[in-house]
Amino acid sequence: MLSYLANPLRFMRFSRLAVPICFALGVLMIGWSLYNGLFIVPPDALQGGDLIRAMFTHVPSAWLSMGLYAALAGASFVWYIWRHELADVAARAIAPIGAGYTALCFITGSIWGQKGWGAGWHNLILGDSRLMSVLVMLFLFLGYIALRAALETRQKAARAAAILALVGIVNVPIIKVSVDMWQTTTIHQESSVLKIGGSEPREDDEGMNPVYLQQLLWGFGGHTLLASAMILMLMRAEVYTQQAERQLALKLEER
Amino acid sequence: MTAPAPLLSAFRQAFSEAWASGAGLLLPLGFFAGTATLVPFTLGGEADLLSRVGPGILWLALALSSMVTLERVFQADLQDGALDLWLQDTGSISLVAAIKTLTHWLVSGFPLVLMTPLIGFMLGVPAEKMIPAMLGYAMGGLVFFLWGGVAAALSASVARGGLLIALIALPLYVPALIFGVQMVDAGVDSPSFLFLCACTLFALGVAPAAMGAALRLAAE
Repeated sequence: MLSYLANPLRFMRFSRLAVPICFALGVLMIGWSLYNGLFIVPPDALQGGDLIRAMFTHVPSAWLSMGLYAALAGASFVWYIWRHELADVAARAIAPIGAGYTALCFITGSIWGQKGWGAGWHNLILGDSRLMSVLVMLFLFLGYIALRAALETRQKAARAAAILALVGIVNVPIIKVSVDMWQTTTIHQESSVLKIGGSEPREDDEGMNPVYLQQLLWGFGGHTLLASAMILMLMRAEVYTQQAERQLALKLEER
Repeated sequence: MTAPAPLLSAFRQAFSEAWASGAGLLLPLGFFAGTATLVPFTLGGEADLLSRVGPGILWLALALSSMVTLERVFQADLQDGALDLWLQDTGSISLVAAIKTLTHWLVSGFPLVLMTPLIGFMLGVPAEKMIPAMLGYAMGGLVFFLWGGVAAALSASVARGGLLIALIALPLYVPALIFGVQMVDAGVDSPSFLFLCACTLFALGVAPAAMGAALRLAAE
């Protein structure tokens, strides 16, 4: 599939269809999960009542922030080895979307944490390892974007940014380990998405109530589709910009 | 066996650069001392508090002052053409970059380590903590200079890249900073110190390759 789309023409034909479909489906699914999550599902006594409703944005954006950084490094790797132009266009498009989702994860997390854990949020950022490593990842994204913006030619910016993304991805596990060791007790709860719990709230039930899980999965799907649609849109815009530049150069030559 | 010419010239040049530009060598030292002495003013003069946070303040000052001279490390080579000459030689550019960064650390990073007891004493850090901490500062400083070198090499062709270097390098400093602060309390025979050493070795392994790739790009 990926090598099929590596042809820019085929990519443009595919994305022309894929963008509106992904966008519409994504918005619908996010809307459905938000509607249910904000108005329908019961408040959860163990998670600070109505605060559980932040989960339907927080958890998908956390998953996307990590997934998109991995995608950024993957695209950079492909570009650095095979010099396929489309991979660089993809890396360039992924960066701002990834930074946005990382910021969203951080913001919803600190709102949820402030109310849920009852600590002021300045304590949370510096005192909690999960939030801290998300913040560091946000800086990695911002550094990547800033480096791209600072270098004058496209080719140079692409190569430097690819090196940075690859250095970043080998460092991400180390940053994660160090931040976890620094704060041996995080107040952030353990992942409970993959454990299906009972529908009645109980202290000892580690899994998630299926009512929430269902909405969360809609949110996962919706945000993933929406992010892909936005990335594809940015990629298409970039391809068109490059074509326009080429056309302009040709026109100027004719004169 | 004699050292290959580009390596030797990189070493000599990094060494002389530190002296050449006016107060080059004193600049990071002054910045280091200045940052560390500002902190007591911001925290108030409680002796207990200062001696407790002292080692952390020194880590912060070390991380910041490692970035003072980074901007010029590779930019000067790019501008005066030394980089092109190194690239034409058959040797590995990664090795040249590693020598350059290590020399840079020796000239403007190691003096900072020698200065830490003085400022630590001023902040009231207990002397028995200071000796193992110095080992940590030496190790951590090496990490800072290596990752900082990667950032400097990436932005070598950017005109005023100082802040860009800081933005790129700071997230990469995090692990060494965390383990470094932990090892000051835990001592040399603690896992934190081993992790700090691991960070140093990892940076020594990965950073030269990244610097080499970035420099080859900058010279084009």
